[in-house]
Amino acid sequence: MGINLSRYALFGLALALTAGVAANAVADEKKNWGAYQVEDRRSGYTYAAPETRAMQDDNFQNPGMLWAEIGEELWNKADGEAGKSCASCHKGPESMKGVAVSYPKYVAEKKNLENLEQRINRCRTDNMKAKEWKYESKELLGMTVFVRHQSLGMPMNVKVDGEAAPFFKKGEEFYNQRRGQLDMACKHCHEDFPGAQLRANVLSEGQGNGFPVYRLKWNGVGSLHRRFRGCNKQVRSSAYGYGSDEYLALELYVMWRGRGLPVETPAVRN
Amino acid sequence: MSDVKPRVRIPKSAKKGEVVEIKSLIEHKMETGQRKGKDGNKIPRKIINRFECKFNGGLVFASDWHPAVSANPYLAFHFRAEESGEFEFKWIEDGGAEYTKKAKITVS
Amino acid sequence: MTETQLTLSRRQALKGVSAFALTLVAAGLLAPGAHADAAAVDAAIKKLVKGTPEDGKIKLDLPQIAENGNTVPVAFEVDSPMSKDDYVKTVHLFAEGNPSPEVASFHFTPQSGMARASTRMRMAGTQNVVVVAEMSNGKVYMAKQQVKVTIGGCGG
Repeated sequence: MGINLSRYALFGLALALTAGVAANAVADEKKNWGAYQVEDRRSGYTYAAPETRAMQDDNFQNPGMLWAEIGEELWNKADGEAGKSCASCHKGPESMKGVAVSYPKYVAEKKNLENLEQRINRCRTDNMKAKEWKYESKELLGMTVFVRHQSLGMPMNVKVDGEAAPFFKKGEEFYNQRRGQLDMACKHCHEDFPGAQLRANVLSEGQGNGFPVYRLKWNGVGSLHRRFRGCNKQVRSSAYGYGSDEYLALELYVMWRGRGLPVETPAVRN
Repeated sequence: MSDVKPRVRIPKSAKKGEVVEIKSLIEHKMETGQRKGKDGNKIPRKIINRFECKFNGGLVFASDWHPAVSANPYLAFHFRAEESGEFEFKWIEDGGAEYTKKAKITVS
Repeated sequence: MTETQLTLSRRQALKGVSAFALTLVAAGLLAPGAHADAAAVDAAIKKLVKGTPEDGKIKLDLPQIAENGNTVPVAFEVDSPMSKDDYVKTVHLFAEGNPSPEVASFHFTPQSGMARASTRMRMAGTQNVVVVAEMSNGKVYMAKQQVKVTIGGCGG
């Protein structure tokens, strides 16, 4: 095939790409997705298979809720030299309602962005005099899921102007920058081809509103930065670290792309 | 944190003769014994191999599981409520460890 | 296929090719391995069940296409009065294309009220799911359905 690869053959390849499994619910453009769509922005929920959506819809069936329960238990558990728990300062978890929608945000004392995972850890080190939880640990994922879950259904609303503006710009640049041996940017899948198929997977818009998310592939819950790392590795680029400045900026940009979409944590995705 | 957390959902009350749905979920990797670890060796099998549901002491439903049951196993089944009482749910792991949960139902 | 996909411009098609390259990456992740087959399922059934299975009585609820083989929802219901004299004793769930055919067995009692259960199973690839029901009167029923398991293009 290689020698005679004409433009038509290329076109054929692209069609093969999209036709892979035609019966697989390629997201129906005209469907009314309710809260899962804001203007032209659609949650990953709308690109998921019906069975995957059903798993998320039933709070009990949703295996991500196991992580929320881990967080709930830790909320009341005193830890560290100060002998405090989250509840010592914040009382009930309902005090966290609405908190998640504005993360990541600029923090003056750090002169940097901070995401919810880092905010939780700052509470631990500064107020509880406890050790930081590691990224992707059961504890940090559990607490992040639990805190974000308090804002379930609330519209995402990160601040991208003022002090956050330069970070937002950096995130936007990252998003559009080609990288890796495949020379692809985030936008090439998630902005140019949502709804099309990559082999048998339906590409989504790469929204962050459901994170930390229960992924069928992972058999568990993972953070948005874990997903970034996976995406970067897929285009054969080296991945940045968990909580790195690069990913914080990207997180801000991605959350802005999903502005208005509801918090779905813990969402269930393929 | 290594403790395994089971979850169960049953209705708190039911009418006599009503068939109710019981849903269960337990956090577990269900390690198949087929996967290889970073060192190239197979990770030994460790799954939950049996689930039991007793009502007022008598076994009313059970299920035997193989490695093909997904991680974080979910199981929903039914029960005909004839009298008030207490359920005991038990998950048994390879090696014999057991995880249990109890729940009450009022039948009127 | 949606309209959008049919009207891909050449430029988009070229973009598509770079996306196609990704699928080749994913293809490398698929390692062939030993798996059961229809005969292995038959042997497993013979080991567990006396009598020849008949068609009927069993309703399956499975996706035609599973998004991910790690977690495929599966549910069944066996038609039975579930009375003391006439009930479903055990239902066995098999997969023809997994490393071993057994998935799970479900033991019912008349107190179950209905012989229905749902769970989630692993599937190594596109294959038949087989459900066998043993009734209290010794009769055996069987149902079979194929589930296509899609090959991921984007590991992440």
